[in-house]
Amino acid sequence: MIFGLVIFWLLSSFSSQHQLRVLSFDDFEPHLHFKNDTTYVINFWATWCAPCVEEIPAFEKINREYSGKKLRLILVSLDMPEQIESRLIPFLEKHDVSVEVLVLDDPDSNSWIDKVDPSWTGGIPATLVYNNKFRSFYERSFTYDELKQIVKQKID
Amino acid sequence: MKTLGLFFILLLLASSSLFADGYQVGDKASDFSLKNIDGSVVSLSDFDDAKGFVVVFTCNGCPYAVAYQDRLIEIDKKYKEEGYPVIAINPNDTDIKPDDSLESMKNRARERGYTFPYLKDETQEVYRMYGATRTPHIYVLEKEDNDLIVRYIGAIDDNYQDASEVEKPYLANALDALLEGNEPDPSFTKAIGCTIKSK
Repeated sequence: MIFGLVIFWLLSSFSSQHQLRVLSFDDFEPHLHFKNDTTYVINFWATWCAPCVEEIPAFEKINREYSGKKLRLILVSLDMPEQIESRLIPFLEKHDVSVEVLVLDDPDSNSWIDKVDPSWTGGIPATLVYNNKFRSFYERSFTYDELKQIVKQKID
Repeated sequence: MKTLGLFFILLLLASSSLFADGYQVGDKASDFSLKNIDGSVVSLSDFDDAKGFVVVFTCNGCPYAVAYQDRLIEIDKKYKEEGYPVIAINPNDTDIKPDDSLESMKNRARERGYTFPYLKDETQEVYRMYGATRTPHIYVLEKEDNDLIVRYIGAIDDNYQDASEVEKPYLANALDALLEGNEPDPSFTKAIGCTIKSK
């Protein structure tokens, strides 16, 4: 009975939190061009990228602070498809990541890097912040304070 | 006075970021002397018979670098014969990435059977001079008189996941073009990779 409950709990937490969408670049691209009054913070990362993993708590904290505000954070994972089950999902569970996560699976990155931002050389972490009036791309890591500084100007 | 100081600081920043941009296609590249995993010191001027070089900034741990290590061996085997040997350079700071020490590089080269030099950019001056930002990051150089001219910068191909699914072998196409006396097209590509680690 308890065993059954544990299994049920595992399954439900898995499916409710981390039912990951895996998108090609064409399917992902609209996320870079939403036109409404929300500010978007789109972070490109992967579980194997140490500086990416280090900055996730900052994104989590901003996400909590601005819940209910017009801010949407998306963590775009570039983990390899065969590592989604073995690495990415366990990582998200372990760190209880609540920010929206999706997987961008499109190996011909030369065809889409410039469409995210022409200044991007291809290194991660990289973060795009945009809204109706503002658009900026950062190929670098963020601390909480630095991220807060940018978001604060756009939202408050 | 204060504004003048600020002006000079800005000027300094602007000029340093200018250098940080590294090489563009068509630029002259500088030679270097770096320690190889066999204990020797390697310079591009050591290769009298080469027509040019495939300089690859790569490392041990990055999944993209790992995904490409066998393909680099194939490229080296094929194009060394034609005059374009692979020269691999590991630019990562070993304090941040202990797995990129000369000892670990030796092990990796032995395990995988690297057919090319695997050099350590200990002072990290070479990757900065070239403007490499990620691993793997390719620079194809062509000898022209006494100069080394950058002919191609970028990715190895368009599918890191599966070599059999590659549709655009950018690097091989660039080398074939040079061997036929043509300019590589494209001569510049991008790819997702691991940021080069420095303090």
